[in-house]
Amino acid sequence: MLLKLTGGTVYDPASGIDGQVKTLFVLDGKFINHPPTDMPVDKEYDLKGKVVMSGAIDMHTHIGGGKGNIARMLIPEDHRNDPVYRSDITRSGCGHAMPSSFTTGYRYAEMGYTAGFEPAILPINARQAHMEMADIPILDKGGYVMLGSDDYLLRMLTAKKDQKAINDYVAWTMNAAKAIGVKVVNPGGINAFKFNQRQLDLDEKNSHYQVTPREILQVLATAVKEIGVKHPLHVHGCNLGVPGNVGTTLDTIQGIGGLPMHLTHIQFHSYGTEGDFKFSSGGAAIAESINKNKNITADVGQILFGQTITASGDTMKQHSNHSYANPNKWVTMDIECDAGCGVVPFKYRDQNFVNALQWAIGLEIFLLVDDPWRVFLTTDHPNGAPFTTYPHLIRLLMDKSFRNDMLATIHPEAQKMTTLASIDREYTLQEIAILTRAGAAKLVGLDDRGSLAEGAWADITVYTEDADREKMFEKPDYVFKDGELVVVDGKVVHTTWGTTHIVTPEWDNSVEKDLQKYFDRFMTMKVGNFKMSNDEITEDGRGSLTAHSLNRVS
Amino acid sequence: MTEITEVPSPFCGVGTDDLTVQVDGLSVKVTENGCTVNSPAFEQAITDTSARVHGKDVTLEEAVTKAADLLRASNQPIMGGCATDVNGMRSVMAVADKAGAVVDNMNFTGARRNFLALQDTGWMNTTLAEIKNRCDYLLVVGVDLEGFSPRFFEQYLWNKESMFLENTSNREIVYLGKAPSGDASTSPAGVKAKVLECADADLPEVMEVLRALVKDKKIVAESVSGIATSELRTIAEQLKAAKYSVVTWAAGALNFDQAELTVQMLSEMVKDINTMDTRSSGFPLGGKEGDQTANQVCGWTSAYPARTKFSAGCPEYDPFLFDSNAMLDNGEADALCWVQSFNTASVPPKANVPTIVVARSGMVFEKEPDVFIPVGTPGIDHTGHAYRLDSVVAIRLKKLRDSGLPSTADVLNAIEQAL
Repeated sequence: MLLKLTGGTVYDPASGIDGQVKTLFVLDGKFINHPPTDMPVDKEYDLKGKVVMSGAIDMHTHIGGGKGNIARMLIPEDHRNDPVYRSDITRSGCGHAMPSSFTTGYRYAEMGYTAGFEPAILPINARQAHMEMADIPILDKGGYVMLGSDDYLLRMLTAKKDQKAINDYVAWTMNAAKAIGVKVVNPGGINAFKFNQRQLDLDEKNSHYQVTPREILQVLATAVKEIGVKHPLHVHGCNLGVPGNVGTTLDTIQGIGGLPMHLTHIQFHSYGTEGDFKFSSGGAAIAESINKNKNITADVGQILFGQTITASGDTMKQHSNHSYANPNKWVTMDIECDAGCGVVPFKYRDQNFVNALQWAIGLEIFLLVDDPWRVFLTTDHPNGAPFTTYPHLIRLLMDKSFRNDMLATIHPEAQKMTTLASIDREYTLQEIAILTRAGAAKLVGLDDRGSLAEGAWADITVYTEDADREKMFEKPDYVFKDGELVVVDGKVVHTTWGTTHIVTPEWDNSVEKDLQKYFDRFMTMKVGNFKMSNDEITEDGRGSLTAHSLNRVS
Repeated sequence: MTEITEVPSPFCGVGTDDLTVQVDGLSVKVTENGCTVNSPAFEQAITDTSARVHGKDVTLEEAVTKAADLLRASNQPIMGGCATDVNGMRSVMAVADKAGAVVDNMNFTGARRNFLALQDTGWMNTTLAEIKNRCDYLLVVGVDLEGFSPRFFEQYLWNKESMFLENTSNREIVYLGKAPSGDASTSPAGVKAKVLECADADLPEVMEVLRALVKDKKIVAESVSGIATSELRTIAEQLKAAKYSVVTWAAGALNFDQAELTVQMLSEMVKDINTMDTRSSGFPLGGKEGDQTANQVCGWTSAYPARTKFSAGCPEYDPFLFDSNAMLDNGEADALCWVQSFNTASVPPKANVPTIVVARSGMVFEKEPDVFIPVGTPGIDHTGHAYRLDSVVAIRLKKLRDSGLPSTADVLNAIEQAL
């Protein structure tokens, strides 16, 4: 099957193409520069005057795993406002804050997204994460496996096991959970909460293991680097949401000593304690630190106003935030000597001082980080807002006057506490393409996605230029997945099944001997039954695994 | 004859995965770590191998066509039972979406007590490995735990080693409401569980007083439903003194009106204890007949638990209105597709509507259904996934023998295609 996409204005930062008119060819799902001359074009699309980018990639979105399903179960009243009807080609479901799996796939695709990555796969819950994602149509998917509060790792640290042993354990766990990255959430804090600790600062010791978050970050970031995983350690830091946590975050950046580290939903970790309400923006300080430290990347976790639900592995902080639950119901779970989760519905309000300033802090970070390859567009779906708000967020970044109009409507004291009005920057289309495509693919470690270059898979989004960027980005003209047309005029016309992206770092087999003993002594399943096999993803004939390259390991 | 070790069970709800079985042709025998729940469930023989329409043997294709015809002719079909593995449940959802059916898990009326509490105020819960390693005080409310799960104490409480308890036999066990049926709860050191008995219907009052005592409220009455207030005060103090207490219950066993309020009361009590400078967690028992699997899969595909209707073209959830037994009794449904991959004793409810049964081989009917399609059992005849009671861990089920029986998903997918 040969497709010809004629004359679109192409934004492909991965190839250094910034708004050039270009014709693209797709042969059997992949881009090709020069199709065989005697090969007939099966279908041509005239894209003159249209904007062409690769399919967007959400590098941090909670789309698979137990806490998401708890979130769904917790708020039936939210689903009732957004029923999604079945069609001849699509399944029914529910939308809004925490959509059903099928609706998740359709709505992402309808905004031009072709991949999403679940950032918090508990090893023990990996099957669920992958089974849920297997029921998300169209999108490619994958995830980061959560470590750092698991008793096995903390026992290793207390026993002073060497870095090599930790590397083997991390690599083994990535394989067992079918992951492409490693995440740490409130390092050691989920574990400390089980011992009744209610906070854990960067240098505070877990009362049982006597291990600090700083040590956990150090060994995990080192492990990820040494086993060659391209996605840097994905860090949800200490003290999420706590006024004054900007200090902790800056210290975390300094403390990692130049190792690659990704700080996720950094907006929630950028708060000072100044002002009448003892809550202020640390956005400028954080952006300055990111600008200086080239080993650091961050996604923002922007909040947007309205009802949503927060679902996090951070039981410690979710428990301490439960008094803000709106509606007033919430769940926490301690999970299997592995991790935990907390689910708290939130309603962010523009007339609430804290929420309004959170909104401004996120935008400050977006606009003050200089390098678009090191900052990523997320709302930490659904925690800051549902992913369906992305077109609105893109407009806030690209349109200063719109942004200032919005700013003028939020809580007046919050307006006084942000420098947002003085920031003139407007993101360009090329920069948006970096944040949501090329940069995301590079950060996740995808070899052949996020680009329109020869050899890459043909995930393509075509938009009509519109000065109203929200309108432009919420309704693409066309979306192609692996070269198949799946969306026309912002509606799904055809469904496909994406692949699951993983990496397969190597480990020393001896690691499993200790793990087997540990599982037999303390766990509730056999180690052989804990590990996921490839056929669990592929046996239904729909799913597939795509293993990506690793950095060369010395 | 082959021996297979580390076999996981979809039957007991706790996800036991240390069974050893011997397979000889089609015969399966549990040779190690069996129990009164798992051994008979694994060992049951295959009797039916042919599908039937009106009692006559037909090909699978003919049975599928007939089933699709019945569903197509129906204005409000029901997908009942929903006792199957993850793939089976995915297919139940696909058929329901296309046929406009009600999906109703057979245990939902019991599970509803939990969902109503969850959806009103939530909870703080835990999972099996946390119990095994941390729980120093177990309060069992209104359920005979060893009757529910014969090896629960052996596997998760009297385990020889734990990471955080010096001596697991020092764990304290207290029963509130129902007394245990045996001695499994007696510690290896010979200490018997404390039992404070009351009638099930008195549990709301007893739990209310216990929560009040946890919160240091003044209680004037000297006894509550036959239990001395001083005894309850002792439990309250022990819960607060424990490092990691666990309160367990089985929604299905709380068989009295408005039992959701009792679930809510104990869940809120657990939350209270967590504000008193210690930790505590709830632990709901369930997981049998695929109930957690049904709720999980229905949860991610529709966003609602497994009592959801699709006849409007979108999912609608109502834990009361879409009770399939009530709908059948009231004449609100006109076809039933009963899905039961695990348990041949779990026959469809008596109903005067066209009935399709997709069930484990060997089911015996008082009244032959219009269509019967025998299927293999997940974890015996084919691989699959099933959720255990804590709803977190999905176990990977093994294929133990080659019976040639289709899986539930195979059959339901064929019906969906034929619709």
